[in-house]
Amino acid sequence: MRYKFDFGALVEHWPEFLSGALTTLQMTAFAVVFGLAIGILCAIGRRSASPALQWLCGFYVETIRNTPYLIQIFFIFFGLSSIGIKLPILVAAVLTLVINVGAYTAEIVRAGMDTIHPGQIEAAQALGLSQPQIYWDVILRPALERVYPALTSQFVLMMLASSITSQISAEELTAVANNIQSFTFRAFETYIVVAVLYLLLAVLLKLAFYGFGQIIFPRRRRLGTAL
Amino acid sequence: MGGFTLVHFVYLLQATLWTVVLTVLAFGLGSLAGFVVMLARTARTRWIRAVSMIYVDIIQGTPLLIVLFLIYFGLAVVGIELPALLAAAISLMIYCSAFLGEIWRGCVQSVPRTQSEAAECLGLTRWQTLVDVILPQAMRIATPPTVGFLVQVLKNTSLASVAGFVELTRASQVINNSLFQPFLVFGIAGALYFALCYPLSRLSRALERKLNVGRRQPA
Repeated sequence: MRYKFDFGALVEHWPEFLSGALTTLQMTAFAVVFGLAIGILCAIGRRSASPALQWLCGFYVETIRNTPYLIQIFFIFFGLSSIGIKLPILVAAVLTLVINVGAYTAEIVRAGMDTIHPGQIEAAQALGLSQPQIYWDVILRPALERVYPALTSQFVLMMLASSITSQISAEELTAVANNIQSFTFRAFETYIVVAVLYLLLAVLLKLAFYGFGQIIFPRRRRLGTAL
Repeated sequence: MGGFTLVHFVYLLQATLWTVVLTVLAFGLGSLAGFVVMLARTARTRWIRAVSMIYVDIIQGTPLLIVLFLIYFGLAVVGIELPALLAAAISLMIYCSAFLGEIWRGCVQSVPRTQSEAAECLGLTRWQTLVDVILPQAMRIATPPTVGFLVQVLKNTSLASVAGFVELTRASQVINNSLFQPFLVFGIAGALYFALCYPLSRLSRALERKLNVGRRQPA
């Protein structure tokens, strides 16, 4: 095997790598915020008294969790454009990401809510707390605190999965890499660089989530353990 | 142009078979490699533990798609041309090995320490302890998450389409390119994936519930 590695050819492309990485981060940020919102609403929906709402949320969660993300991207992106809705590619990519991660989030949040002891809720009712108060203070906040580690690792996995949106040419890190390697013919080096960049992003994200967790869950910080 | 016919559906079914073949191949190879990773992660020697931990962190922190590109396009540049099926199987094997190794490490380490101490007192060798004492107990705990992970593998075989391997996703792309009925074609492909994945998901959940019967919380 006589192959000489040449990372030098990639140096001039660093602004593109950087902008790709930033796009990936931006997509992740959007998907985390909206995905969490959908996930929480869906988890509440699955616990609601209405059978229709339960079924609807269950259908959404199971459908998304049991089909590949790539198929979801094609279904939504090509599907929407076939009925005349032409979204900018990045918007479509974030949309698929939100729909995807929302389902996983819903399942995690629901698992957290299921760990809240019924006695807690009954006690809150006895104290005369309103339904929104009960959901926010007694169920949701402790539940989120318990599942926070699972949630954040799901978000890191989603950041990695966002590479799949390169298949509809969303200009994130992987698509950028595909472009650069077709210019430079340095496929091996390009993908090694990108793998390292993804690793860095994953570490960065984990640190950020850890720090954020320390801020929003002061009880965990004080006791050193989760609930 | 034309409608979606039985011929298309049969084509999709055949491609589904290839998805299953790829899944079995990837999961089989990945289990072997994952077992080695598990052994390395629980080894007594410190540097073996460190090296295997770095391996797991690198693979878990890199998108599968990039691993696939490295194996398929990267190795081709170096002069090793792999068929798409093999490249996909190897990438998925690497992916499986890191995740399964880590899942199984957790299961092995959750077997109470006293078990291996007792085995040591009885004069069992390290291998005997692992095979006869630890693994039978760890396997019970490991089954639900392993079945759950199988679903992940099955879904991730869709990425093999990027390397041009004609499995279910690629086949549906091919059909959609000629018919351009994305909702219908990808809907059917999604339904086929669902038909494969959903029973496995249910099985995983049922196994988990069975396992947790002893320490279930009042609901």
